[in-house]
Amino acid sequence: MTIVLLFIVAMITGFAAVLDEAQFHRPVVACTMTGAVLGDLTTGIILGGTLEMMALGWMNVGAAMAPDAALASVVSTILVIVGHQSIGAGIALAVPLAAAGQVLTIFVRTITVFFQHMADKYAEEGNYRGIEMCHWLGLLLQGLRVAIPSVAIYMVAGTDTVNNALNSIPEVITRGLQVAGGFIVVVGYAMVINLMNAQKLMVYFFLGFLLAVFTNINLIGFGAVGAICAYFHIQTMQMNIDIEEAAKTGGGGGVEGDDIDDSDLM
Amino acid sequence: MAGKVTKDDLFWVFVKSNFLLGSFNFERMQAMGFCVAMIPILKRVYTGDDLKAALRRHLEFFNTQPFVAAAIMGIIGAMEEKKANGADISEATLSGVKVGLIGPLAGVGDPIFWGTIRPVLAALGAGVALTGSLIGPFIFFIGFNIIRLATHWYGVQYGYTQGTALVENIGGNQMRFLTEGASVLGLLVMGALVAKWTSVNMPLVISEYTNSAGEHVVTTLQSILDSLMPSIVPLLMTFACMALLKKGVNALTIIVGLFAIGIIGYAIGLMA
Repeated sequence: MTIVLLFIVAMITGFAAVLDEAQFHRPVVACTMTGAVLGDLTTGIILGGTLEMMALGWMNVGAAMAPDAALASVVSTILVIVGHQSIGAGIALAVPLAAAGQVLTIFVRTITVFFQHMADKYAEEGNYRGIEMCHWLGLLLQGLRVAIPSVAIYMVAGTDTVNNALNSIPEVITRGLQVAGGFIVVVGYAMVINLMNAQKLMVYFFLGFLLAVFTNINLIGFGAVGAICAYFHIQTMQMNIDIEEAAKTGGGGGVEGDDIDDSDLM
Repeated sequence: MAGKVTKDDLFWVFVKSNFLLGSFNFERMQAMGFCVAMIPILKRVYTGDDLKAALRRHLEFFNTQPFVAAAIMGIIGAMEEKKANGADISEATLSGVKVGLIGPLAGVGDPIFWGTIRPVLAALGAGVALTGSLIGPFIFFIGFNIIRLATHWYGVQYGYTQGTALVENIGGNQMRFLTEGASVLGLLVMGALVAKWTSVNMPLVISEYTNSAGEHVVTTLQSILDSLMPSIVPLLMTFACMALLKKGVNALTIIVGLFAIGIIGYAIGLMA
């Protein structure tokens, strides 16, 4: 029964990872669902929260592909809950898993080129159901590429061989990984900041940083402060546009046109 | 005689717009997903050879931010309907509008959804999730999906009713305001997160002495840093990551590198 449910959950995260719509593949959701299926909801939620911080900047932008949060979340939750590993170990394991998941999705995205050409043939025949079928087949493969490895690992996790292998990791590594866990999230922050790519707006980043260092405002407070800053920023933008336009009509227009404009403004 | 697009058709475009990326592939990316989302409209307004031609032209390359794509679907749907009813719209015009909207809409959608709304809600949800509360995942999941579904729904509806009129608006000031406003909020929250949700502790002892009052005073690297500017190390790490990412270094490579720093730092007693 658990295997069936796990398979379904893993399929859903696989679908979500390529669709990037409902976000079932994000660690905070995927680990929670996997934890619920494996009978330890709380561990799933905590691991999900921790992984989410690390994965904050993992995103599909343009043709770039995010590391795979789906496989990383589901399998690391299995290893933590069924394989009795620490949350810290789960985070460390998530990184190679995200890379492996990325390789698998690249593989599927290449196979799907074949479906694309099948769809072309159906278009020639005016067979729209055929095109839809090609589309859903691509999606199905994306689900399977997470579900199959997840179920396979579930079946070996908890066995002595796997446990011994995981437990033989020396302490300096596990403690070091925990230390790194405290700041690994900066990669995600950096990715998000780079996406905004706005040098002139970095002053708001520093404002947020300084407020966080020297005050006790919580995250909801920061959202509110950010909204107010955004409001004033937009006001300033509008003002600059108005000034520019006034300068244009003032400088470029003839004397007569100028007079009319001015009287309108009064 | 060509048909008229119904409310039901638009509803199905909305439903299928949620699966745009399902068959993402390296050749034409979201092409199949876009075509599948357009099918409810195409099969309503076209038959025979016209339908074949329409299916073919929507299997061409397409790739943008998936939520804002819904607006493109609405606009193209309106144009296809007009074309089917005799308006002089060429295939080149349709492709031109489609491809022309990919860039500007992704330029608006990426910073708003991937840069601001998702990280902010995810950080909020993750923060609550760390306490083991189910509210955490729900804040993120429900909050994000309400915004996402609304974007899809109004995108299709508004795109369809405004048609090409919307094409001109997208380049306008409103969109710039929205994008920059979202970036301001996003960057401010990111700045706060760099300070709040990272932890670096450097217990390396710099000096140790007993003062005149007989108290044992230990100065560690961390205590010096804290007296200058707390969280300065995560801030510098963030800048280093930004620079590496700009140089094209893979994010996972950087993560592995940071793990290595953690392990070495712990091994030599610099970090704990």
